[in-house]
Amino acid sequence: MSLLEVKDLKVRVEEREILHGLSLTVNPGQVHAIMGPNGSGKSTLSHVIAGKPGYEVTGGQILFKGEDLLEMDPNERAAKGVFLAFQYPVEIPGVTTWNFLHAALNAQRKARGEDEISSPAFLKKVREVAKSLNIPQDMLKRGVNVGFSGGEKKRNEILQMALFEPAVCILDEMDSGLDIDALRIAADGVNALRSPERAMVVITHYQRLLNYIVPDVVHVMSKGRVVKSGGKELALELEESGYAQFEDAA
Amino acid sequence: MPAVQETVERVRRIDVDQYRYGFETQIESDKAPKGLSEDTVRFISAKKNEPAWMLEWRLEAYRRWLTMTEPTWARVDYPKIDYQDIYYYAAPKPKKTLSSIDEIDPEILKTYEKLGIPLREVAILEGVEPPPGGPQTPNRKIAVDAVFDSVSVATTFQKELKAAGVIFMPISEAIREHPELVQKYLGTVVPTSDNYFATLNSAVFSDGSFVYVPPGVRCPMELSTYFRINERNTGQFERTLIIADKGSYVSYLEGCTAPQRDENQLHAAVVELVTLDDAEIKYSTVQNWYPGNSEGKGGIYNFVTKRGDCRGRNSKISWTQVETGSAITWKYPSCILRGDNSSGEFYSIAISNGFQQVDSGTKMIHLGKNTSSRIISKGIAAGKSQNTYRGLVSAHRKATGARNYTACDSLLIGDKCGAHTVPYVEAKNSSATFEHEATTSKISEDVLFYCIQRGLSQEEAVGLVVNGFVKDVLQQLPMEFAVEAQKLISISLEGSVG
Ligand SMILES: Nc1ncnc2c1ncn2[C@@H]1O[C@H](COP(=O)(O)OP(=O)(O)O)[C@@H](O)[C@H]1O
Ligand SMILES: [Mg+2]
Repeated sequence: MSLLEVKDLKVRVEEREILHGLSLTVNPGQVHAIMGPNGSGKSTLSHVIAGKPGYEVTGGQILFKGEDLLEMDPNERAAKGVFLAFQYPVEIPGVTTWNFLHAALNAQRKARGEDEISSPAFLKKVREVAKSLNIPQDMLKRGVNVGFSGGEKKRNEILQMALFEPAVCILDEMDSGLDIDALRIAADGVNALRSPERAMVVITHYQRLLNYIVPDVVHVMSKGRVVKSGGKELALELEESGYAQFEDAA
Repeated sequence: MPAVQETVERVRRIDVDQYRYGFETQIESDKAPKGLSEDTVRFISAKKNEPAWMLEWRLEAYRRWLTMTEPTWARVDYPKIDYQDIYYYAAPKPKKTLSSIDEIDPEILKTYEKLGIPLREVAILEGVEPPPGGPQTPNRKIAVDAVFDSVSVATTFQKELKAAGVIFMPISEAIREHPELVQKYLGTVVPTSDNYFATLNSAVFSDGSFVYVPPGVRCPMELSTYFRINERNTGQFERTLIIADKGSYVSYLEGCTAPQRDENQLHAAVVELVTLDDAEIKYSTVQNWYPGNSEGKGGIYNFVTKRGDCRGRNSKISWTQVETGSAITWKYPSCILRGDNSSGEFYSIAISNGFQQVDSGTKMIHLGKNTSSRIISKGIAAGKSQNTYRGLVSAHRKATGARNYTACDSLLIGDKCGAHTVPYVEAKNSSATFEHEATTSKISEDVLFYCIQRGLSQEEAVGLVVNGFVKDVLQQLPMEFAVEAQKLISISLEGSVG
């Protein structure tokens, strides 16, 4: 069974259709890249998968491990293993990162009927994970994303991904706002989390990221549709010829 | 060891005879007739065996009150109160006793659970009696002993306080036992003529606490430990007087995070604090009165006058409050910075949900030289509530070098509530430096969704964001209450979104 299946998805925002019948099948262990120009609907797709309010699904369906994802509350989706690394992670003043992560992890565990994890045990775990990703401990004590650099915010997203061990990770423009060093560090973190059970959907505008996170499948999105799919060489092709060729196809 | 645990340990150590002794409490059944007159005032004073001067003091307040009118300037709205339709004196009623914890309303139990208050304490707070023939489990025993033993517990604490020379007793007792102290200080911070509700309180106050800390003494315990167990029934017109003599320090916590119900709708308390040279009082409040039902019916009217007088030089008074309850809150804990170099602080979290109305803030009156004050106010409005911060910072002509910093932040949850900031500033001295910052924000959808995508429920997400918002103030609370207050905040915002 595929892990994530988007079938003929139609989505409206404020009376305007943004996704016009989009399909995507992601199997365990795969890394899919979704590439497309700004405004083609990439973030919309990631938000609908995660369950952000404000989007009206007018057609199609999304299955996660065969279950109807659209029927689930967004926190339920998170507990079942859907993770979205945000393009613009928000700041939460006054809430320490480690407190936030602890609360979130316990909420997920509770939803799955697992025991809550105690503060000392959690601290040990989060420290280990942070260490494995080369994230300074100091970051855990700071307010969630407050005063973080662009690179730190993205690394914080990857830290959470590592901690929650989701089945599907959607990474929305992870490369935006990162210099080449920060990009490499973030990509290393993502690569470390690749596993035969886990799938990733890497959304990006530029081919550059895909040099570091090498995808199995590449989709080109334009104007709310997937207009072409192929192997990793498709990304290189795009890099040379640009998105213009697909604008007409859409 | 956390204070609560400590208390339980102490209870465990108290021997059985003492416990029996402690159990013998008298139950009075008298009640003054409804309504307010000179006779009511005389009745109350006689009930408490008060000396003549006290009765005179009350009567004077009563006569004064007759000439006053209820204030209307606050941004609160309530039906007219019929002052003749209220009982002004009822002997403390014993709580309805329950034979087991299973008889406690499950809704209330749920709240305790969310607050993280251990079951044995719930039993104490809710007044569970032991089954005939004695308690069955060791755990149950502790709880049950403590219910009966609040007097013994009090005695144990009293001994320790006495050794330090601290006087801590009901004000009704202090009036009889320490008349010189009471007469010297009572009404000197909040005069009997101060305001409508304070004057009413002066005439009919039921009981409250009296604290005197002698020169140079640091009070050996938080005066909160005691209350937690010995929840008093002081009635609706509570009167508190705390005096920190030269170079002394005391920290006092009133209230409880546990839900508080009371049949008396009108509460008008007065709290007076006095610090002499180099003394400090830290006064914290956690208030969780019944706020009324989901239609806005019922709920406590909380009209409180709290004021501290930094009478001595280098003295300090700090107010910290977490207000989550009451249908109406009208409350301005204030500091009179009379002594040179004295300082005042006000840290406040005021949360309103449902149909609650909060009009709260502070007054910092700078009279002495080089006085400083600091105001950190966090107002959170949800549901259909109205939340107003009203603050006055003033510097007297002679208050050279007065400094104030005010930060007033409001957070709105939803779009049917209101947050208002009404700052008054009067600087009659050109050397005063007053800084004021105010922000109003809404919990953003993006922040909520971020939290929810990480697995938190909508309510947990709101709780988390709000707790981050109020963090600076929570940190001012004594440790064990900070944790509970944090949970209380989340609970009081339940149902505020979605
Ligand atoms: N909340 C919204 N309200 C109105 N239009 C929106 C909203 N979100 C996205 N859109 C529109 O939907 C289209 C796709 O946007 P988006 O999914 O952010 O694209 P991408 O991530 O590929 O840049 C754009 O035309 C954008 O203006
Ligand atoms: Mg986007």
